[in-house]
Amino acid sequence: MLDTVAKKSDYKVVGTRPIRPDGVDKVTGRARFGADLNLPGQLVGRVLRSPHPHARLVSIDVSAAAALDGVKAIVTREDFADQPPELTAAGEMMLNYRDVVRNVLAREKVLYEGHAIAAVAAISAAIARKALRLIRVDYEILPHVTDVVAAMAPDAPLLDEAMITAGVTPTPTTPSNIAKRVDFGHGDIDTGFAQADVIVEREFRTESVHQGYIEPQACVANVAEDGQAELFVTTQGQWIVRGHCAKLLGWNVNRIKVTAAEMGGGFGGKTVVYLEPLALALSAKARRPVKMVMTREEVLKATGPTSAARVRVKVGAKKDGRITAAFAECAYGAGAFAGSPAGGGAMCAFAPYELEHVATIGLDVLTNRPKVSAYRAPGAPIAAFAVESVLDEIARTIGVDPIDLRLKNAAKVGTRSTYGPTFAAIGFVELLQAAKAHPHYSAPLPAGQGRGVAAGFWFNVGGDTAVQLTLNEDASVTLTAGTPDVGGLRASLGMMVSEELGIPLDKIRTQIGDTASLAYNFVTGGSRSTFASGMASVEAARAMVKELAARAAKIWDIPVDAVKFEDGMLKPAGDNAGKYEPMSIRDIARQMAKTGGPIVGYATLNAQGAAPGLAFHIVDTQTDPETGKTTILRYTALQDVGRAIHPAFVEGQMQGGVAQGIGWALNEEYVYGADGRMQNAGFLDYRVPVASDLPMIDTVMVEVPNPRHPYGVKGVGEAPIVPPMAAIANAVARGAGVRFTQLPMSPPRVLAALSGQGAR
Amino acid sequence: MRYEAPDRIEKAVDLLASAAGEARVLAGGTDLIVQMKSEIVEPDLVIDVKRIAEMRGVVEEGGAFRIGAAVSGAELKEHPRLRKVWPGVIEAANLIGSTQVQGRATLGGNLCNASPAADSVPALIAAGAKVIIAGPAGRRELAVEDVVLGPRKTALAKGEIVVAFVLPKRVPLAADAYLRFIPRTEMDIAVVGCGVDLTLDPAGKIIAARMGLGAVAARPLLVGEAGAAIIGSSLDEPALARLEAAARAACRPIDDKRGTKEFRVQIAGVLARRVVHIAYERAKASAKVST
Ligand SMILES: Cc1cc2nc3c(=O)[nH]c(=O)nc-3n(C[C@H](O)[C@H](O)[C@H](O)COP(=O)(O)OP(=O)(O)OC[C@H]3O[C@@H](n4cnc5c(N)ncnc54)[C@H](O)[C@@H]3O)c2cc1C
Repeated sequence: MLDTVAKKSDYKVVGTRPIRPDGVDKVTGRARFGADLNLPGQLVGRVLRSPHPHARLVSIDVSAAAALDGVKAIVTREDFADQPPELTAAGEMMLNYRDVVRNVLAREKVLYEGHAIAAVAAISAAIARKALRLIRVDYEILPHVTDVVAAMAPDAPLLDEAMITAGVTPTPTTPSNIAKRVDFGHGDIDTGFAQADVIVEREFRTESVHQGYIEPQACVANVAEDGQAELFVTTQGQWIVRGHCAKLLGWNVNRIKVTAAEMGGGFGGKTVVYLEPLALALSAKARRPVKMVMTREEVLKATGPTSAARVRVKVGAKKDGRITAAFAECAYGAGAFAGSPAGGGAMCAFAPYELEHVATIGLDVLTNRPKVSAYRAPGAPIAAFAVESVLDEIARTIGVDPIDLRLKNAAKVGTRSTYGPTFAAIGFVELLQAAKAHPHYSAPLPAGQGRGVAAGFWFNVGGDTAVQLTLNEDASVTLTAGTPDVGGLRASLGMMVSEELGIPLDKIRTQIGDTASLAYNFVTGGSRSTFASGMASVEAARAMVKELAARAAKIWDIPVDAVKFEDGMLKPAGDNAGKYEPMSIRDIARQMAKTGGPIVGYATLNAQGAAPGLAFHIVDTQTDPETGKTTILRYTALQDVGRAIHPAFVEGQMQGGVAQGIGWALNEEYVYGADGRMQNAGFLDYRVPVASDLPMIDTVMVEVPNPRHPYGVKGVGEAPIVPPMAAIANAVARGAGVRFTQLPMSPPRVLAALSGQGAR
Repeated sequence: MRYEAPDRIEKAVDLLASAAGEARVLAGGTDLIVQMKSEIVEPDLVIDVKRIAEMRGVVEEGGAFRIGAAVSGAELKEHPRLRKVWPGVIEAANLIGSTQVQGRATLGGNLCNASPAADSVPALIAAGAKVIIAGPAGRRELAVEDVVLGPRKTALAKGEIVVAFVLPKRVPLAADAYLRFIPRTEMDIAVVGCGVDLTLDPAGKIIAARMGLGAVAARPLLVGEAGAAIIGSSLDEPALARLEAAARAACRPIDDKRGTKEFRVQIAGVLARRVVHIAYERAKASAKVST
């Protein structure tokens, strides 16, 4: 395998599997999640939500609720100033403050069932509930549209009567629900299709699926009499919560100190604000702490799932498997406000491949559903479901092994990607070779079972990051990072610092800082936290080593560059070699005061050089022909992981992505009635997989280190959710004989399809 | 809200009968507490029946079993005789929820919650189980299939409590079985549930058969025609086809998020076929183990 960073065998700590520092608290229940903080005098905040999918808000009368004993504050649209259009990054997607203020509390219209209208803070949940029932809302009901294809029809009800599709020339003259069109690609697909021996063209549909984090949105806000505010919240990004809340409230950001709780899952969904500005506004009014926790129904109806979509794909290939042309159109539902991940889908659709003629289109479509938010590799899994299914059909049609087909077209270092940039680091070929050599791929398959494969791509990102290392007087080290830990980050950062400083891991305590303790950090998202906070931690450690060397130089009275750091010891070097007894970090720590005061290592950076993540999955399925139920029998997930700092956590990310992908493939979906209301807003009928639904998910980490990271790290958290839907659909096509172009492949749908196609 | 935990049936009946507002019996609470938390029910009085000895034990009386309505699924499973004599009832009760839910969920709660999809109910119907009911007017008995009238509606009058279930004495060469269909493998609600109880003659011919179907109508059903379809047979194909048709004909499902009508009807037939085979094999094997 490539090794441009440092040989794995050179590491003492990186690549091992120590116990995670947050593990004990989590298994004993001591860890504090978003809803676990309670403050003296705290009020209960509750939200009034729209029962209608689309209506004009004629009036909101809170007078009866306000008069109720025990109600301490109420907020409505009147309490938030309108915001002009202004785009800002939230996780991996863009937000428009004009929309954020409308999503937090509806203004002119309610745009989906569950849209927040007012919030109440009261001395008990029972009183808060009663108060909500006393709020009188006058609605003028409007026709609604929840289906993404129906929403694109010329006569569809309009969510935003003034919306003109951006990205189309000439500029359309009539409004529509299509907010934006984006185009990617190169070459000329007509030329490419003319060269093809075989062309497969299909249309795919997917339903909205939710991130399904077990911990609902929750926060406690406490605004003091002088206006200083604290917010304890479950979030993937303390700083973006601070920024969004300050913007909506018209406050300076430094008035709010945001502390990120331990997180019970986020997967991209905890990169936006819902309750937080309401809790702060209620607390500011009531002058008491306000705690707000969503119910599961609220989570499903009012927080971002990912898009429902229609994807059209057309691929042409030569008989030998060489793809001559590829086209995809990704129409993704955005929910109530513009900003679906259609662009991500269009960019990732063919990204693993080197193509001469390729064109992809993304369409961002408004529907009367909750505004989508990021969900692991936003947009990519939907596009991959479509593209990788079509590639499977091509492979079968021309009689080529599906891995060979992909090898023949695989992107390499130097390939111009289908979305523009040229790949500097990409391990797709190594990954495909590992998959082909894996025993699963060649294992005999009993009759009735099907084996499917699929690839997945995700960009991964870097971004703003700050880390602080403090050397304590006993030579232990405190590492403060600003990206919330969603999958073992604290252990991984500690391990890299341990490797750098030669200090044992148990002498390094890693914590996630609040917004007052560090400079700005962008969210944990885009698979960036180990990459970017790792890069900053290493830089901070190296800065600390520099300072340690300066202190040693001072003690020995030799020039700084005559001190070297080796095996955790400071040694005189060059002419001075052997002249002084080497000093440990502990020796320096003891003399901190005498040599210049406390020692820190600090790093702030905008992390560059993130390398794409590629995943390749192999799955065996069996479909019961009488019930339509598909069982996942064997699953192997392979991934180019760069370098696995803590392999168990990397495997955990891979297995988690697969588990969520299996749910997406087989059972998860938003079910809407003709009334535009969600029918299955609970975990009984919104079916995420349970443990017994899943086989052991085998993982193979292919390590192609990222040359632009000191430890070779690539993001690993998102790529693994990209291939499962296509891999499973491909397995079902081969095993049950029916090709599914619609998700989920739930038993009723599969049975209908099986009986529709007759004996086979 | 008031909470009471009486240790005698009569006291519980009194409390329930004389309550002014909404009063609810609390057994395992795996339905009731969930409904209270999600504000579907807001009782003024909750009467916990778990301290009533008569409702907490399993007794074998002359071959018949009397199962207290507040015995948990986990306790049922551990009863050494019950799971041999009534494997279908026990497997149905133990499909409810998960290991954690099993520690609390009861047959009484499963029945009185009056869900059309309750798992133990079709198995109890197939088994010919009766319930003993205590109320202000004394005690009465009712067949299980007559307790649930529709979603969240039972035949219990104000003040009435289900005290126990009675499973009849077994004859030789008889066994029961239960199967349900769910999209997942556990922690799910039945799309269809099917219980069957069979008695064979020594030649392997079915001489008695009862089938219960759940989740295919507004309440769990006793499907007489399905039982009749296989009596006299040894599960030959024509008998199975009649059984399948009878099971499907009994379905009066609704279209909802849990499956289309066609799907439920289809699955009812599939499960009927599958479950009778299991019961049949068990009944044959029961000749070898003395019951
Ligand atoms: C996670 C989870 C999974 C579940 N999975 C399943 C499943 O797979 N299959 C299934 O069928 N159910 C399932 N359930 C529902 C529930 O667990 C069962 O219905 C259970 O048997 C209810 O028993 P309980 O003792 O907990 O009832 P409780 O909640 O105590 O009572 C239920 C209702 O019956 C009434 N009641 C209870 N006992 C009596 C009595 N003796 N006399 C009169 N009224 C009475 C109560 O007032 C209440 O209205 C699940 C529930 C949960 C939370």
